[in-house]
Amino acid sequence: MSGVPETIRLKTDVLIVGAGAAGISAAIAAHDAGAEVTLVDRSLIGRGGATVMAQMTVAVGLGDEVPDDWRNHFADTIKAGRGLCDERLAAILCEDAPAAIRQMDEWHVGWARHPDGRLKQAEAPGHDRPRCVYVDFLNTGPAVSRTLRTQVQRRPLIRRIGDLAITDLVKEDGAVCGAVGFSVSSGQPVTIAAHSVIIATGGLTRLYRRNSASANMGGDGCALALRAGAELIDMEFVQFFPIGHLAPRLIGMDPIMWDPFRYKLGGRLLNAQRREFIGDYDLHENGRYRATRDVATYAILKEVEAGRGSPAGGVYLSFQHVPAAMLREAFGPVIDRLAANGIDLTRQAVEVAPMAHYHMGGIRVDPCFQTRVPGLFAAGEAVGGANGANRLSGNAISEALVFGRRAGLSAVARARAAKALAWRDAAAFAALALLDGRAAGGGSANPAAIIDRLQHVMDDHAGPIRNEKGLSAALTEIVTLARALGAAPPPAQTGFDTVRLDWFDARNMLLVAEAVIRAALARGESRGAHQREDFPALDSGWALNQVLRMESAHLVLEKIACPRIVAREAAQ
Amino acid sequence: MKPVATLIVRRGGAHEDPSWSRFEIAYEPGQSVLDGLRRIRIETDPNLAFRYSCINANACKECMMSLDGKVVYACTARLEPREMRLEPLPNKPHIRDLVTEIAPPDERLTNHSR
Repeated sequence: MSGVPETIRLKTDVLIVGAGAAGISAAIAAHDAGAEVTLVDRSLIGRGGATVMAQMTVAVGLGDEVPDDWRNHFADTIKAGRGLCDERLAAILCEDAPAAIRQMDEWHVGWARHPDGRLKQAEAPGHDRPRCVYVDFLNTGPAVSRTLRTQVQRRPLIRRIGDLAITDLVKEDGAVCGAVGFSVSSGQPVTIAAHSVIIATGGLTRLYRRNSASANMGGDGCALALRAGAELIDMEFVQFFPIGHLAPRLIGMDPIMWDPFRYKLGGRLLNAQRREFIGDYDLHENGRYRATRDVATYAILKEVEAGRGSPAGGVYLSFQHVPAAMLREAFGPVIDRLAANGIDLTRQAVEVAPMAHYHMGGIRVDPCFQTRVPGLFAAGEAVGGANGANRLSGNAISEALVFGRRAGLSAVARARAAKALAWRDAAAFAALALLDGRAAGGGSANPAAIIDRLQHVMDDHAGPIRNEKGLSAALTEIVTLARALGAAPPPAQTGFDTVRLDWFDARNMLLVAEAVIRAALARGESRGAHQREDFPALDSGWALNQVLRMESAHLVLEKIACPRIVAREAAQ
Repeated sequence: MKPVATLIVRRGGAHEDPSWSRFEIAYEPGQSVLDGLRRIRIETDPNLAFRYSCINANACKECMMSLDGKVVYACTARLEPREMRLEPLPNKPHIRDLVTEIAPPDERLTNHSR
């Protein structure tokens, strides 16, 4: 047998990387606008990623529950973003969301409804009124994924390929002309020539040991974009989900499941003295659910630090004051799944603690969702800027649907304007060499262990509460890990080569972790999801975004003014 | 002596004679079989192949495999302090170790590359 495996060659108008809600929405929009579309995912189509894991809320100014308007949703999004939102993107998110949510309703996603047909909308922290649609029980993500999968399957001209890991983008004359990757199941290298590429790979929560996302949310999209010359923005803002499940251990349940319980039933967040403590930090909850994620995360971690945490290192969440019948009505079969894990909420509180949940930062795009690299677009969580320093509950699925559609349409416009595909094998040479065994410099370390180590480092030093010493230590450790990983993957093996997949994941994760840390080190203030122990106050001089790009293999930071669309009234 | 969960795992590719690996992991209550498999990848054998995506939410449905002859999701099957025998799904084309081809035919690369 020859040592170099045969390369599979594909071409398309629009290549979409990542098949969650953003990628599938982009694929549907691009297809319906007349383009030839290829939708690829390193996992299975519409199953991996964050969408399928969404528990409940999808924020939208529909006005079904109470009168509302997208401008109210926009105002709340900006407020939650602590002054850092790209207002152009936030406005697109909020203005387009009603149509996207109605479209999903027409596609029979199954939003919870009132008997008179209006959609039910729940109130979530940071929203000024009930605004979040959902699918019962804890079923929003699976229902959204299934609905979108059905729609994409009804469009046979959308080519869908799962188990295909994209490893690098390829450029010609400064513009993106396609991508290279490999078949996870066979190991064969793949090239895909394209007029436009849309990155819809989601966030980077896998950088952290305790996270609520799927195994493929390692920031691949940010790494692909950086290496291709695009910019990243707001990388220091990682949202921690304040009440991730901690103890007793649960099997087969999403650790972020307690949020829906709080939306519907309030619940009480208690410290070791069994006292509600959120009021000590920001506002009084009184059994309702009011504190935004950045505030609640901060309060919980400070209680633990002060020695008032629960035995497993978090705080208590109690529904003991809620009658059993009410629990049953609100969560039906979920109560049985809890019972199977030995948990009776009428008799015991559970322990919760913050876990990495979402990334506000990401790839920098213009309002057409194009990066500064012609032909390269982004959509969904992979986009940075719309949510500033803190995301509102419910904005993630909305932005996936809305940004996906917009990016899909922009990508088609570029494909239409283009003539022949610009692909040249020579431009893909270095990227392909990593895949067909010609590249030298591979390390012998176990990449799964490197990822595990990185996750501990990020949890320890680059979580919601940071300081210069810890961040610097993390940076040093990342350099060591990168050296251990080496410059080339281990030799390929046959079929579902996990070591190779982990190697490419570790390569991306180390680069993106460095971007998070460098941005966090530079921001000498505390704001939203970024809290510096050594700079505990918000500094109005830091009402700026930080942009990162790669220059001769080094990350370079730059401060820019936040993009505004309206004259802001003085806050105080 | 600390309790141990022993995972006996079918290894090898589609066209190889099957072999078995035996992994012993420290048992703690409240772990899933998938937790155990992921620990093996980090500590013992990075080459052990299995599918998973959502980790523990029972949402992605990718971690289906056979446990003691019964089809389960590895993320909802409880790890137990005993011998547990893991095999790939019996009714799907085998790729390697515990991985089978579970994608719909028109979502496979082989059907798009001619």
